[in-house]
Amino acid sequence: MSGNIYKSAPPHTGSTAYINARIVDPGADKEYQGAVLISDGKIADFGPNLFASGAPYGIESIDCRGFYLAPGIVDTRVHTGEPGEEHKETLESAGAAAAVGGITSLALLPDNEPPFDDASLIEFVARRARQIKLVNMYAYGALTVGLEGRELAEIGLLAEAGAVAFTDADHAVANAQVMRRALYYAKAFDALIVHLPQEPSLSGGHMTSGEMATRLGLAGSPPLAEVMMVERDIRLAEMTGGRLHLSKISTAEAVSAIAAAKARGLKITCDTAAPYFALNDLAVGDYRTFGKLVPPLRAEKDRLAIVEGLKDGTIDAIVSDHRPQDQDSKRVPFAQAEPGGIGLETLLPISLELVHNGQLTLPRLFQRLSNAPASLFGLPGGKLAKGAPADLVVFDADYAWKVDRVGLWSKTKNTPFDERPVQGRVMATIVGGRTIYRDDSFATATAAA
Amino acid sequence: MTKKRAGVPRLPHLLGIEGLSPETISGLFDLSENYIDQNRSIDKRRDMLAGRTVINLFFENSTRTRTSFEVAAKRLGADVINMDVATSSVRKGETLLDTAMTLNAMRPDAIVVRHNESGAVNLLSQKVNCAVINAGDGQHEHPTQALLDGLTIRRRRGSLQGLEVAICGDIMHSRVARSNIHLFQIMGARVRVVGPPTLMPTDVDRLGVEVHYNMKTGLKDVDIVMMLRLQTERMQGSFVPSISEYFRFFGLDHEKLKVAKPDALIMHPGPMNRGVEIDSEVADDLDRSVIHEQVEMGVAVRMACLEALIGGHRNQIGAVA
Repeated sequence: MSGNIYKSAPPHTGSTAYINARIVDPGADKEYQGAVLISDGKIADFGPNLFASGAPYGIESIDCRGFYLAPGIVDTRVHTGEPGEEHKETLESAGAAAAVGGITSLALLPDNEPPFDDASLIEFVARRARQIKLVNMYAYGALTVGLEGRELAEIGLLAEAGAVAFTDADHAVANAQVMRRALYYAKAFDALIVHLPQEPSLSGGHMTSGEMATRLGLAGSPPLAEVMMVERDIRLAEMTGGRLHLSKISTAEAVSAIAAAKARGLKITCDTAAPYFALNDLAVGDYRTFGKLVPPLRAEKDRLAIVEGLKDGTIDAIVSDHRPQDQDSKRVPFAQAEPGGIGLETLLPISLELVHNGQLTLPRLFQRLSNAPASLFGLPGGKLAKGAPADLVVFDADYAWKVDRVGLWSKTKNTPFDERPVQGRVMATIVGGRTIYRDDSFATATAAA
Repeated sequence: MTKKRAGVPRLPHLLGIEGLSPETISGLFDLSENYIDQNRSIDKRRDMLAGRTVINLFFENSTRTRTSFEVAAKRLGADVINMDVATSSVRKGETLLDTAMTLNAMRPDAIVVRHNESGAVNLLSQKVNCAVINAGDGQHEHPTQALLDGLTIRRRRGSLQGLEVAICGDIMHSRVARSNIHLFQIMGARVRVVGPPTLMPTDVDRLGVEVHYNMKTGLKDVDIVMMLRLQTERMQGSFVPSISEYFRFFGLDHEKLKVAKPDALIMHPGPMNRGVEIDSEVADDLDRSVIHEQVEMGVAVRMACLEALIGGHRNQIGAVA
């Protein structure tokens, strides 16, 4: 796909109308033909009747040509190499990839070198985001010092510096006492704790346990490593009353356990990442290290359960779990390969498969991609509302293309979706009213109009 | 006596048994038969591979397999270079591909690779343009071992079709078990795996085998008993409580062997841990143990594999024509 990143676009002033759009309003659970009016970087008005009699006179007007217009995606699980491993991804290259992917806000995991267990790192990210002027960037604070799962990080000071939530990223907190205290302590700051539920003593394998692992001769991590930790965490959240969000749910049993906890009235939330509803463990056949993820890709029955969880709302949000790895980390024997895959640019087209397969409506999909993550993390974007920031994405839901890792904007190319035929292409990404990415075909049409 | 050469199977690489056809395997057996006579004669050397270079690249220590490959290649007239790369002294991963590309630039005709990680040989084969033979990768496959086991059985029993085979012991950590499960089933035998549950890979029954946790039912009426080495070096954590308990319940002795067919053959890929998985009396039983025959077949099978991979005319890129 070819398009342009507009880093130096000035702040939005005055009024701009996006007309002739298919509007996806996840908050109202509706989609309709209509228009959106932006004033000074904020949504001023929107609806089916706005400018129904034609383009407004005297203000800038952009014809969306019937493409969809939705609140920009809020991706709450992104890792970059900055600081520490800038050769894998910088905040700027991640910002560009996010813009191309229709993502307008992202939350950065704290597992960099150094880890974000000090307030200065949170401020560093905010400062860099202001300089880069692409998507909104927020940072997680570490939950424990050094992400080691032993001593609590300075949750209060990190929150004061702007940390949006607390997590040890892909490290599960093994010690139940530490987790209990973290959930208790975080209440003082109304802080959200995000946990990857995997029992570490069981999840040391390189792929999910089962027939495929047995054939390939690779040590497996059993799916139950997830539900065991989910159940522990549910108990601890219930006891402490702390705010808990479980991340990257990948198994059927975990979905059931969370559904049961929600049915009991507990305020637990969770997300899954795109690979877990789009791929299963066959993707690591022939030792494809791009399919090596944490948690590992699971069996087909688990994948189907994740889809069901997204349909019935047990799973609140979808994340990209973007994790760049260079060739030296991936072109090695499977057991030695670093886990993780990039996902910013494929998040929308992969998620749109749920719509094309009839599993979710577009408004429901954007509840998972934009609305829910923004409200869980207390971020201003992710919704269509008067006065909300004009963080929007214009996209063609049907455009067919094939993922080609070489053509991706990320610095490293480790996508588990390489060569997958997908549908859906971002036409424009708008952050605070500024267009930061525009597809070439959309640019031409706009200029002509 | 020379047999006809028309049926020589042609393979680009030999990475595993999984996916091979019964015709290919039978073809390799037939080819091996020629070499058994040659190896037993005084003049053991042919010049079929004269001028060809074979590199034995071993990232994991192995005296037996490496020697067997070396003897096989030399008897066909190839030039053989042995590279023993101690994994502890090199940085992993990068070195594997760097080493592969370096050796590839020296234009060998075949590289025989052993590596301690599953899939490492597949990865290496993608980076070179010569034939690659898997001499054992992690817990994945060890195809020449399965071929020599199959050949040993075929010579004793005429065919593998319909035989009951019990593979016993540490299935989980064994590449020999995986390759043999595939080969025996492809050739029409039925396979049982016997061992403690902690040494069974997850969902191993999905490979089409019957699973037994005790030797009494596992060995009942079998034609072949294949014992595996207890791979203590691959074990992290406790899989079995002690060696003596393991031998008591899963070690092969004459008592446990009584339930098998009276003429059941005893096999072991070696090296044996006597008194751990096999009793010396059984191992040395000349009427039933074919353990030394397996070693002899190993050389013939590896000669056949080398012929199948690099015995033909080669084009400049290196693919076998």
